[in-house]
Amino acid sequence: MEKESGYINKADEFLQMFKKGEEFTKEILRENEKLRYKIVELEGLIEKSGDNARTRLYEERIKLLEDEMNSLKEKFRAVEEENKDFATKYLEVEEENNNLANLYVASYQLHSTLDFSEVLRIVLEIVINLIGAEKFAVILLDDKTNELVPVATEGMGIADAPKVKIGEGIIGKVAKEGESFFAENLMNAEEYLPFEPIVCIPLKIKEHVIGVLSIYKLLSQKSGFTNVDYEMFNLLAGHAATAIFSSRLYTQSERKLTTIQSFLDLLKEKPKK
Amino acid sequence: MPNILVVEDSPTMRQLISFAMKRIPNAHVIEATDGVDALKKLSSDKIDLILADINMPVMDGLKLVSLVRGNPVFKDIPIIMVTTEGAEEDRKRAIAIGANAYLPKPIQTQELLKLVSKFLSDQSK
Repeated sequence: MEKESGYINKADEFLQMFKKGEEFTKEILRENEKLRYKIVELEGLIEKSGDNARTRLYEERIKLLEDEMNSLKEKFRAVEEENKDFATKYLEVEEENNNLANLYVASYQLHSTLDFSEVLRIVLEIVINLIGAEKFAVILLDDKTNELVPVATEGMGIADAPKVKIGEGIIGKVAKEGESFFAENLMNAEEYLPFEPIVCIPLKIKEHVIGVLSIYKLLSQKSGFTNVDYEMFNLLAGHAATAIFSSRLYTQSERKLTTIQSFLDLLKEKPKK
Repeated sequence: MPNILVVEDSPTMRQLISFAMKRIPNAHVIEATDGVDALKKLSSDKIDLILADINMPVMDGLKLVSLVRGNPVFKDIPIIMVTTEGAEEDRKRAIAIGANAYLPKPIQTQELLKLVSKFLSDQSK
């Protein structure tokens, strides 16, 4: 009996211990669960904080790139503007170059000969091809008669071009005063006044007028004058005058020299007879 | 190296056009004083483009164009007319005969250079 109650006590003790063990295990499991939950929570937090930092980093980077892009856009716009400026300037320089080339060729041609008739032909060529005149006359001052006499014409017969006294009409006035004349209406004026110039340019050596270039009609495609035309008129006023004057003197002196030479030859031949 | 034949009786215009053609890279200018002279130059040199005046002595520009177009060897050479004849009917006549372009005088160098460059680049294609 005593032995039996001893077994029962021991079984109770063991049961008690087992229950304690069970509770302890349950408690550990609960704690474990709590810890797992906390770990998950912490992991979530860590991940979240990592995302935020990365987002901040990305945002900063995007802002930097945007700033850089804006600054590049700004620079691109500035370069584009500069390019436009350069293109306009390039065109202007090109035009200026072409105009200078025309003036150079005209002046080169004018001074390429001392033959009077060739100089007149070159003046005609320049006025037709570079100015675009259809009907015009080169009129020179005859110092003996004080009359302006046509020496070369285009689009009209030389006999049709009127002789003019100095100071008379537009041509005479231009020759007297040495100032260019440009009519207000460049077109169609010729229909009503065939010998009334629309442009009259004095041919001057310094202040001395040797004649005029009188234009009566422009080519149909020429509607007005540009800057280079006025430059060409200036060039003609000076260079054509010099070329005409010097070639005329040269031709006259050549003619005189030939006459004197023939006279001398004649004198030399006489004693032989 | 493109060879450009400038057919013009006026020495001033010949020089002016030749001077302008210096702006075309590697271009070589051959000058002729009228249509007959131009035909001689066409037979002796390989020509890539012709710039021709209309009013010329001996043989005018329109006759030159019709002869060039009628010759199987030269018929494809581009021809630009440079002339004082500015009327629309003159332009139409020249184009009908076979000119590729028509430029009335006084010429705008820039315009002439553009045309020449265009025809030369079309040819090299």
